[in-house]
This record gives sequence, C-alpha cells and structure tokens, in this order.
Amino acid sequence: MSRPLFDKFPLVLGLDTFGDVTDDEHGRPLSHAQTVRNLVEQGVLAEQVGVDFFGIGEHHTHDFPLSAGDVVLSAIAARTNRIHLGSAVTVLSSDDPVRVFQRYSTLNAVSGGRAEVILGRGSSIDSFPLFGYDLADYEELFEEKAQLFAELLKGGPVTWKGNTRAPLHDQDVVPHTEFGPFPTWIGVGGSPQSVIRAARYGFSLMLAIIGGSPARFAPFSRLYRQALERLGREALPVGVHSPGHVAATDEQARQEFWPHYLEVIRRVAKTRGFAIPTKDSFAFEVGPHGALYVGSPETVARKIAANLTTLGASRFELKYGMGGLSHGALMTNIELYGTQVIPRVRELLASG
Amino acid sequence: MTSAVQSLPRIAVLGAGHTGPVIARVAIEAGYPVSIAASGDPAKIELIAEFLAPGAEARWAADAVRKAGIVVLAIPLHKLAAFDPALVAGKVVVDTMNYWPPVDGVQEMFEDRRYGTSEIVARRLARSTVVKTLNHIGYHELDADRRPVGSPERRAFGVAGDDPGAVEATAELIERIGYDTVPLGSLRAGRLLQPGGAVFGVPLGKTEFEDALSVQATV
Repeated sequence: MSRPLFDKFPLVLGLDTFGDVTDDEHGRPLSHAQTVRNLVEQGVLAEQVGVDFFGIGEHHTHDFPLSAGDVVLSAIAARTNRIHLGSAVTVLSSDDPVRVFQRYSTLNAVSGGRAEVILGRGSSIDSFPLFGYDLADYEELFEEKAQLFAELLKGGPVTWKGNTRAPLHDQDVVPHTEFGPFPTWIGVGGSPQSVIRAARYGFSLMLAIIGGSPARFAPFSRLYRQALERLGREALPVGVHSPGHVAATDEQARQEFWPHYLEVIRRVAKTRGFAIPTKDSFAFEVGPHGALYVGSPETVARKIAANLTTLGASRFELKYGMGGLSHGALMTNIELYGTQVIPRVRELLASG
Repeated sequence: MTSAVQSLPRIAVLGAGHTGPVIARVAIEAGYPVSIAASGDPAKIELIAEFLAPGAEARWAADAVRKAGIVVLAIPLHKLAAFDPALVAGKVVVDTMNYWPPVDGVQEMFEDRRYGTSEIVARRLARSTVVKTLNHIGYHELDADRRPVGSPERRAFGVAGDDPGAVEATAELIERIGYDTVPLGSLRAGRLLQPGGAVFGVPLGKTEFEDALSVQATV
C-alpha cells in the first residue's frame, strides 16, 4: 500500500483556478477585466483563510481569459505574506522556457520566495495556433523545453542547443533566484512517459485527475518513486489536482455546481471526445470513488484525506470555480475550504 | 494456467502512452501473453511495463510484432504518417485510434471525410488486416468497466473489419477482457464508432449498443 509522504514532505493544501469568467448576481457574465480583478481578491482571501498555495492555469479563450496569470499572481503577492503562488499549469510547449523562468523568478523575487511552477499542456490547446506552433509537435516541444527549463533552474550561465528555440551559449538568465531553484512540477493527466520525464528532470509530480477513479493513478505514484530511485535522485513530493466546489451542505454544493459543470463539459465534449455527463455519471464523480470534490466541508475533507493516502501524495490542489458560478459563491467556497476543509484534512491525516 | 490459456495468441501493444499500458494490462489479466513497445529502445519503457502492465514484456517494436497474433496500434493518430507499414505486414492490426483535429492538429491524410479513419489507416497498412475497436471508450474506463459475462453492467464494444477471422479473434480478445462485442460487418461500417457517433464515449449494454447503431445507420 502507498503511504502518504508526510514524514518527508509537509502536507500542502491549495487552490487552483482557470480564472473562469464569473456571473454577476443577475446571471450575466462579468467582463474579463472584472474577472481578473476578482481573481486578485480570491487569492488574497485564500491567504487570509489559511490556504497554502494558490495557482492559476494558463488559458487563452473567452471563457478563460487568464493568458497572463503570472501578472495576477504578482498582484496577489504584493498583498500577501505567506501563501505560495504558481501556475496550474504553464503551457510550456508553446512558451519560451527562458521567458517562463524570467517571469517566475521575478514573481519569486516580488513574493520573497513564494513562486512555484507547474509545467504541462493542461487542457489548453488554444495557445498552439496563437503562438504559431503545431499541436502534432507537442511531444518534441515539451521534451526539449522541459529539459531547458531544468537547466535554467540550476542557476548560472546556460549552454543549450535544440530544435525548438534559438541556442544559448554561456547565457546568464536573470533575475537570479535568491535561495536556489523554486519548486517546479510537471502536471500529468495520464501519460506514463510524462511521469518518467518528471523524474528524469527532477521535477515534482502533479497528478491531474479530472474524471474517473482517483485510485487508478496509484501506480503512477509508484512508477514515479521507482523512477526517481533508479535515477539516483532524492525523493520528491507527489500532488493531486482535481476539480470541485465546497458549499455549506452537500446538496447546495451539488446544485450550484451541476448546471455549470454540465454546460462546460458539454462544450468541451464537442472537440475533445468526452462523454456528456448525466445525472448518474455526476453522482458517481462526486461520490467516494469519483474525481470531483463537490460537497460540504466534511465530505470534501474526507475525500481529500482518503485519496492522498491512496495515492501516496502530500499535496492537494482543489480546482475551484466553473464558468457561470458567481464570484460570491467562489468566495464562499474559498472561505469554507480554508477555515473548515483544510483543518479537517490535517486532523484526519494526523489521526489516520 | 490451463492449456486453453496457453493457446491464446500473443498480443503486441504498440504505444506506451495513455492507452497502450492499459490495454496491455487488461489483456494480461484476460490471460494473453503480451509484449509492449514504443518507438525506440525497450529500456525506456521497462519501468512503465513493470508498474502499469505487470507481466507485459517490453520489446523493440519489430520483436514484439514478430511473435504476435494480434497487434494493437495505440499511438497518437498523427504519428501514423511516420509509422513503417512493413513493421506490421501480414498481421492482424487493431486500430484503437481516433482523429481529433483540435488535439492532433489538422492531419491532411485524415481530412478526406468520404472515408472512415480506419479505412485510411487500412489503406496505409495495405499488407495488414485492420480491425477497428477499443476506440470509443476512454482509456481510464477500459480497466474499471470490465465485467464478467452475463453481468447486467457489461458494456459492449463494436468490432469492425472486412476479414471475418480477424474480427473473430479480436472479438474473442475483447470478450475475454470483459466486454460484449457487436460485429459491424465491414471496416467501412466502423465509421459509426467514430467521435461524434451515437456510441462514442457512451456506456451501453449490447442491446442498447445495437439499437443505437441501427438508428444511426438509418439516419
């Protein structure tokens, strides 16, 4: 059986968002500008209620206007002292690793060492045509750029040559980090080769579990740990990122979440081949064996504690928010997560 | 292990991404000997085989195919253009792939909508016998949704191909893994199993599956 790695790594309980456009109290979508400003408030509230990490996922669509999440994170950094701030995820394949390093190293400076990066493709594929990349080249782009990013993180001048960007020769990349490399993760949705890649470059592993049974990812954690060991690397933490919504009661959480979830997945299903959710499939996903953390603080806390144990993970990031939910509902979600879910997860795992 | 198990053909799974290791695992658990290969050195996928498909032998693709009775092609469809058809000449090849332009990028060879994607695959793999199945279920469900014969929850898969013997051997694999099968009569009819179709991504029992297909076929 997998065991959580709390002896080696601290338990970290965070929030992720894709910055979905929220609705006002009359059900009308807010502007992109207002959505961005609200997101800053959400990040600040997250620190106030005791959340450990706040992450923003890069997207480039009308529904998810967070194309430059690091700028938002910097605004949150200026108004907070303790919470760690990062991407969830940075679409590295269509970005320049040098620029990603520079932006997050700058965020690290602004925040006094609180920056983190999660690299991946995420569900965002819109960045490929936007920046002139071919999706079919995804593997090579990601492999080369992850390798360069690992080099950049070491600090010091970098010499690098590849097919996907201009070569670097003894290049000093600034700003330098103050206290060594900032934490970097690779987000993995189901590709075992990405698990091996994370181990090879010494990145931590973030399992993105957005549907189906979380337990099926347990072999991925074991694969990761074994790969690190065979490569002679030190152990690194494993995290879990999953969607959810917390409200006062199970019923309220489900009622608030379901219509927006249905709408969003229905839209994505057309292009990605997902099955359109039914009431039955939703009931499974929010139940003990599904991937959605939708419910009262007690329900969500129990599910987080159980799955961290099953997956041998020491970190959980709840992806909150779903297009069309109101800013108010999201603020309530954040408050309940910080004040009730987090302490309860810590209690459950301490006694477990 | 019974003697019947020993007579099952070896399965070669080509692809060690999202789908390949899952297919390898369920085939092993169904009693088949399984080899798994990626595009290069098997050393690179040994750990993947060990942890995600215990019992599957990591091999060079050519070695895996040589001993196999059924080859399961589980690579991203956009990689097919670089795939050497000679590698699988003379073999039964199960095409599990789908064409999703928003994910794969636009692939010219699959843009001809007069043909199903498996027909285009079959034309490219002209010396192989292509069967289409396993494409319309999510790779993460393939493991979880297996049920024994007679279970009311047992799902059905379509199996489309022009060669009755190849379809039968593939259907036996699917049945042993834990699903009912619905033969579709021809590879061309496999278009009904593609993304956007009535059975794609939808859990259906055998009767519901047949009904959904017959309704769709008449539209």
